[in-house]
Amino acid sequence: MAQKLKKKTGGVAGIWLDDHDCVVAARKVREAGFKNFDAITPFPVHGMEEAIGIKRSFIPYVTFVMGIVGLASGVALQQWTSATDWPINVGGKPFMSGPAFVPIMFELTILFAALSSVAALFAICKLPKHDPPVIDPALTSHKFAIFISENDSGYNAERCEQLLKSLGAVETKRLSHY
Amino acid sequence: MSTGLDTVARKPLVLGNKTYEDITNDILAPVDAPQGKKWFALFLSAKMLFVFYILHIAYIIATGMGLMGTNSPIGWGTMIITFVFWIGIGHAGTLISAVLFLFRQKWRTSVARSAEAMTVFAVMTAGIFPLIHTGRPWLDFWLLPYPNQRGPLWVNFRSPLLWDVFAVTTYATVSSVFWYVGLVPDFATIRDRAKTKLRRVIYGALSLGWRGSARDWAHYEMVYLLLAGLSTPLVLSVHTIVSFDFAVSMLPGWHTTIFPPYFVAGAIFSGFGMVVTLLTLVRIGFPQFKDYITIDHMEVMNKIIMTTGLLVGYAYGSEFFIAWYSGNPYEVYAFTNRAFGPYWWSYWIMITCNVVIPQLFWVERFRRSIPVMFVVSIFVNIGMWFERFVITVTSLHRDFLPSSWGMYAWSWFDGAILFGSFGMFLTIFMLYLKFVPAISIAEVKPVLYVGKKRPASANGHGSSGGGH
Repeated sequence: MAQKLKKKTGGVAGIWLDDHDCVVAARKVREAGFKNFDAITPFPVHGMEEAIGIKRSFIPYVTFVMGIVGLASGVALQQWTSATDWPINVGGKPFMSGPAFVPIMFELTILFAALSSVAALFAICKLPKHDPPVIDPALTSHKFAIFISENDSGYNAERCEQLLKSLGAVETKRLSHY
Repeated sequence: MSTGLDTVARKPLVLGNKTYEDITNDILAPVDAPQGKKWFALFLSAKMLFVFYILHIAYIIATGMGLMGTNSPIGWGTMIITFVFWIGIGHAGTLISAVLFLFRQKWRTSVARSAEAMTVFAVMTAGIFPLIHTGRPWLDFWLLPYPNQRGPLWVNFRSPLLWDVFAVTTYATVSSVFWYVGLVPDFATIRDRAKTKLRRVIYGALSLGWRGSARDWAHYEMVYLLLAGLSTPLVLSVHTIVSFDFAVSMLPGWHTTIFPPYFVAGAIFSGFGMVVTLLTLVRIGFPQFKDYITIDHMEVMNKIIMTTGLLVGYAYGSEFFIAWYSGNPYEVYAFTNRAFGPYWWSYWIMITCNVVIPQLFWVERFRRSIPVMFVVSIFVNIGMWFERFVITVTSLHRDFLPSSWGMYAWSWFDGAILFGSFGMFLTIFMLYLKFVPAISIAEVKPVLYVGKKRPASANGHGSSGGGH
């Protein structure tokens, strides 16, 4: 148990009541040299990614590759069942009826691409999570937070609290785990 | 007056002086409050109809498809008509949630959740019909290509009916996943304000432990965009493939190249009809939603109803023209018979409801009047059911040989199945209104300041609205 708790990193969180203020503060925190910090907001705040310096999500590559896999499996499934395993002459059409196989190839492309994009999202965000720590219950409603992790370079709890306060945080909290 | 983009006046998407907290409280009011008497009465009525539906389905499965009005030559009847009807209704939800998202139509945010719920429930309702129509539903797993001990004998991938199996199941899966992904942050909001342990546990599990970290949001928004991009061609393909069930056959009246776009336009038309029907009722049931689903929202949807209604009307005309222009006597007969044969009344109900009545929306006063749009949307629903009736029944009932002509033998069971399916749909929809936020909380908040002045913040950098 103690071992488990040790693994969790703590840090300092500051809370804002306005999304714009929070974005401005995030940019300043980044300019102050912090890298390993995060924002927690009730909705995707415009400009936050740039302010924190989050790179563009790589999920589209997963989608693209899995779309191709879906397309290939659509071709393989229909080719193998209709022309290889038990070819049956239906209305004199060729065993590999290209145009007639397009709809199912298309549907499987979409199905694979969509489900694996969501699976990738779950994997990256480590969903489902059991009981994530709650900094403030209103962070999913109307408050905005910036969290600086204790393993960030140049972390000092008091200095971070002062920084967040000076950037307009209405409240700061020290957290034992995040 | 400033210059440039600021001069474009945008109407506010959220009325009243709301804060982010007000939005949370307003939208979650029905979820937080104990069940009202009115909700319970409506739920029980829907549930009664649903039970009535289940009993009739059980009776039909136990006895056989002969209870329905299908006969020779009319082998496709109420089951197929109502299947196409419900699948079509689903299309408006995906159009609002995916296509309008890609076009960056911000007004979609407050109607998208309910429209997409409607999609998921309508597809669920629709999916039951072809399964029963097979006649021996306990063998429905034969529809799937699975290794079996009969050879293995595989399904026929050249058949449009099999394409439909894949299209509809993919559509049901992807739209449910899309809807659920949209719900995750809102479930987290309910979890964090839950007052009882049970509620916290249930909504906590549904929220998957979502926290709203900026890194998570970045991936989340990307996946939302990807799902919108994937759902857009998907929704077009689904009704295209449904239309292939008809168009790929050799029957005059069905064998038409215009069917795919004509079916898709009709699907969007009927779906928006249903969205307007449901949202007018939701606005009455939850008056606080009037600030989010405003008359402006309803007006935009009425404009879409009118546009797609005109498209459908154009398709009706084009079909007749091509029938005449083709010079094919069977084709000409099929269409003359549609409008002036024994089923003339169904054809003219369709024309009246789908083409004539929506023309009321040229007048702004009608477009913005709740009673008028409610009545028109009901007519659209009726008209679109009749469109599928006209396509299915009138094309079949006069076969090539006059000796095999017949009429559809409408029975008690046809009516019971048709009306009962509304019981299923409404039961699920009532449960949805009670347990799920009917407006997307996380999507409405970013458009709060569209078309209004943003109040100055604590740090004093208030900016004009216009949205970001």
